[in-house]
Amino acid sequence: MRFRDEYRDASAARRFAEAIAELVTRPWTLMEVCGGQTHAILRFGVDQLLPPQISLLHGPGCPVCVTPAEYIDKAIEIASRPEAILCSFGDMLRAPGTKGDLFAAKSRGADVRIVYSPLDALAIAQAEPGREIVFFAVGFETTAPANAMAACRAKQSGVRNFTMLSSHALVPPAMRSLLESPGARVQGFLAAGHVCTVMGYREYEPIAARFGVPIVVTGFEPLDILQGIFMCLRQLEEGRAVVENQYSRSVRRDGNEAAREIMRQVFRVVPRRWRGIGDIPESGLGFSAAYADFDAERRFGAVSARDEAAGPCIGGLVLRGERTPTDCSAFGTSCTPERPLGVTMVSNEGACAAYYRYRAAETAAGVQS
Amino acid sequence: MCLAVPGRILSILGDDPLTRLGRVDFGGIVKEINLAFAPHARVGDHVLAHVGFAIAVIDEAEAARVFETLREITDIASEEQREP
Repeated sequence: MRFRDEYRDASAARRFAEAIAELVTRPWTLMEVCGGQTHAILRFGVDQLLPPQISLLHGPGCPVCVTPAEYIDKAIEIASRPEAILCSFGDMLRAPGTKGDLFAAKSRGADVRIVYSPLDALAIAQAEPGREIVFFAVGFETTAPANAMAACRAKQSGVRNFTMLSSHALVPPAMRSLLESPGARVQGFLAAGHVCTVMGYREYEPIAARFGVPIVVTGFEPLDILQGIFMCLRQLEEGRAVVENQYSRSVRRDGNEAAREIMRQVFRVVPRRWRGIGDIPESGLGFSAAYADFDAERRFGAVSARDEAAGPCIGGLVLRGERTPTDCSAFGTSCTPERPLGVTMVSNEGACAAYYRYRAAETAAGVQS
Repeated sequence: MCLAVPGRILSILGDDPLTRLGRVDFGGIVKEINLAFAPHARVGDHVLAHVGFAIAVIDEAEAARVFETLREITDIASEEQREP
């Protein structure tokens, strides 16, 4: 596939890795803030190409992982109503609430349907006017415009049996929150290429300046990630801290104007709780006054915040970049994708699941050989 | 979750800016993709598709930048090695 395969070239990857090794004079700690990048780093072994003094931390880059349990409880509660059809992206179904997940609710008879696009949920609403269709709108800035468009189209078409349970999260406030925390170890960020495809990167410029951290907008293929790491390390070695754009084939400084405009119409910025991290001001999206009728919380009751139960899972520390999955004593033993203790092991893009999938097998192979 | 897949627009259906659809070829699999966020996309363009929407038209000139950068940095390194 063009614009994918060429960025997976192994010899070019080795040359990038050599250039990185030439460049580095001391230890540095970088963080990527996108589960897709975490997945690619582990899948292609990008981390293993780097010199040992470079550490990669995996940030809160997975919308499924950072959706609080109480939202999942609310989704299950809505799905259990006889008139309701709860539509969701597939990766949310195994994320645990406080009392089980959407898969279990579905197996008990709740009408939970996996959709590929929010427009599919809208089509179900139009096909089933006697039912209440609720779309579980989870996602970062990348997904928010598509979700906004579903609301916009519903409004234009006068569809009244369609609402959304909004669990949108905004990435830059989370990065700011990580940098403000006393345990912050991050010295440079790889910013998420598709979030920035939508939003551009102006909002990262004050973060780089205020905290003195380089931020490199980075793509998702191995060569993209290696170049992003190279650019970030070059800034660190030269004592610079600005925003640079590695993913220029997709990202412009002002982002995607049409997508941002629909977000502005449908949503407004609200405070939000991040699972494993806590409350972060101005880091979520609620509905604008013009779209309040599409808010499932208005129709079915508000999500009530709960304190997170303490348990053996260190997923919160992993999401904050304070630990890596293999620091956890439960990793791969009492916690596996089949029997997860926490959401970072559940989601495909969770750091623990990525380590388990790509490193547990390798560790086992190493033991055998 | 923020996965976006590159594909080439084979044809475009409709002209309403909100509902314009592209038939997009993803390495042999063809899907209809909403072009509301790619208002200038034309047949033959490559787009990045996410949950049924094109979120960017790939800039073909910029797409080679990774390889240009690699050439520059490795050329510099090999020149430095050649110097006594």
